[in-house]
Amino acid sequence: MFASLQPNEIEALLLTLKVSVVALVCALPLAISVAYVLSRFRFPGHGMLNAAIHLPLMLPPVVTGYLLLLLLGPSGPLGRFLLENFQFTPAFNWKGAALAAGIMAFPLIVRPIRLAFDAVDPKLEQASASLGCHGVFTFLIVSLPLALPGVLGGAILGFAKAMGEFGATITFVSNIPGETRTLSLALYTAVQSPDGDALGLRLMIISICLAIFALLLSELLVRRLRARLEGADV
Amino acid sequence: MFDVNVKGRAGTVDIAAEFSVSSGATCLFGRSGSGKTTLANMVSGFVQPDSGWIEVEGVRLFDSSKAIDAPTRQRRIGYVFQEPRLFPHLSVRSNLTYSRWAGRRTVSRSLDEVVSLLGLEKLLDRKPTHLSGGEKQRIAIGRALLSDPRLLIMDEPLASLDYQRKDEILPYLDRICREADLSVLYISHSLEEVTRLAKNLVLMEDGKTTAFGTVAEVLAGAGIEKDGFHRRSLIEGKVSHVDPEFGLVHVGIGAGEVLQIAAPDLNAGDHLRLSVSDRDISIAVKRPEGVSIRNVVQAKLRSIEMTASPHVDVLCQIGDHELRARITRASLHDLGLKPEMEVFLMVKSVSIDEHSPSTPKGF
Repeated sequence: MFASLQPNEIEALLLTLKVSVVALVCALPLAISVAYVLSRFRFPGHGMLNAAIHLPLMLPPVVTGYLLLLLLGPSGPLGRFLLENFQFTPAFNWKGAALAAGIMAFPLIVRPIRLAFDAVDPKLEQASASLGCHGVFTFLIVSLPLALPGVLGGAILGFAKAMGEFGATITFVSNIPGETRTLSLALYTAVQSPDGDALGLRLMIISICLAIFALLLSELLVRRLRARLEGADV
Repeated sequence: MFDVNVKGRAGTVDIAAEFSVSSGATCLFGRSGSGKTTLANMVSGFVQPDSGWIEVEGVRLFDSSKAIDAPTRQRRIGYVFQEPRLFPHLSVRSNLTYSRWAGRRTVSRSLDEVVSLLGLEKLLDRKPTHLSGGEKQRIAIGRALLSDPRLLIMDEPLASLDYQRKDEILPYLDRICREADLSVLYISHSLEEVTRLAKNLVLMEDGKTTAFGTVAEVLAGAGIEKDGFHRRSLIEGKVSHVDPEFGLVHVGIGAGEVLQIAAPDLNAGDHLRLSVSDRDISIAVKRPEGVSIRNVVQAKLRSIEMTASPHVDVLCQIGDHELRARITRASLHDLGLKPEMEVFLMVKSVSIDEHSPSTPKGF
């Protein structure tokens, strides 16, 4: 199937995977930390943090993209700072696409992980402390492994969201072939052009295959994890 | 030494605890909701007291006046919770050795020793999820023992178990409390467990400690006000004679008096602590004849405690021992009982509370 793809389709597919993987790899550790903090601690600003994380879910994606452009664009305050000091700019390249995808996916990653931490009994963490284990190691040895199915669920959801991200991406980093034109953007472009029906159809089928593959893989992983955690004797 | 003087608040209970007991097994006794677990959580560092100090085996774990508040992981307080709290994703072996590999503690007890003490040989490579409640609780006890604790807290470890499982675990607790070279704080609202396991007793009511000392001292004193249970008198004794023909042993309890009890596996010279319920003692003013009760001992009546009920408590003395009998006020009147009278106590049943063989065996 892979051999029958056109070069521009392969390009879009690989770019989509690159953008989504980078977005997920950067967002996941942050999402796990935030989810744990939200689940275990009550502090002033708890509600604000929670709301800020869910904001991209509520706002129209175009608004999020536009905000990013204003902040991180070539003339934005943060964008200029990054460019001048680190020669780095996310505007109009794949890094910006990954950033947009990561931010849009963030609330979807945090939520299942937080629920998973809620389900881990804090009494186990007390027991760990009474046995001499430092809090950081208790997190790594007890809390995180027990929350892994939720972490995996959040990662899958976030990955799917990142792959399909459209509105914030096109607003922030535009639609540049080979640089920011992911599958969704390529599909949109094909649909917009008068003779793009065949290409559009092919891109659609690629997207569906990818989604089904990701779903089956996650299902398999979650099942194995659960079996290992709750499971049965060796 | 186990020395506590703390004030504080957690949830709805105000805690004001003050006691000092010697090393060994101490029982913290009180009704549900009297603040026992909160006090234990203060000792282990889960709850911070407002003021006061906590000292275990010469180490200050908490002292508000010196700003000492050791974190839980450095206190070396082993904690067996009401529920086992095993780590479900780790094998029994990894749970038992958790303190060693996750807590980086050097542990003097060996895994094999604890495994054989608690009978866990067959469970080591299994996951805890599908084990029985009794097995899980034994693993939790083992895990706490293998954390090299200076004090082992056991918070009603039998509460979540049915009778059969309790009987399965009690002998192990017995061994730990008596033979392990370890201080234990045993939390309970069962007087049976208290008299069986503990050397010291701390009473707690509505968040306050009301009495402390050795079990015999506290139980004999007026510390326990409530009517809900039998008050037991404790008697130290020594097996003087074994009668294999009738399956009885004779236990000398001082002042020339002997109690005969039905107990296998005892040898002459063994030391015993016996326990007698106040409802199992009847009083006679003349030595009774023609009765089936074998244990009739002479005693001196010390004092009479009136209660609101139709019963009275009569305190009697045999040698160094004080025995408490509960009789009706009507009997008191009919027999004309008064302090300093010589009376005869008919003891209907005696249970063995502690048994130490004449040659002690090690842990």
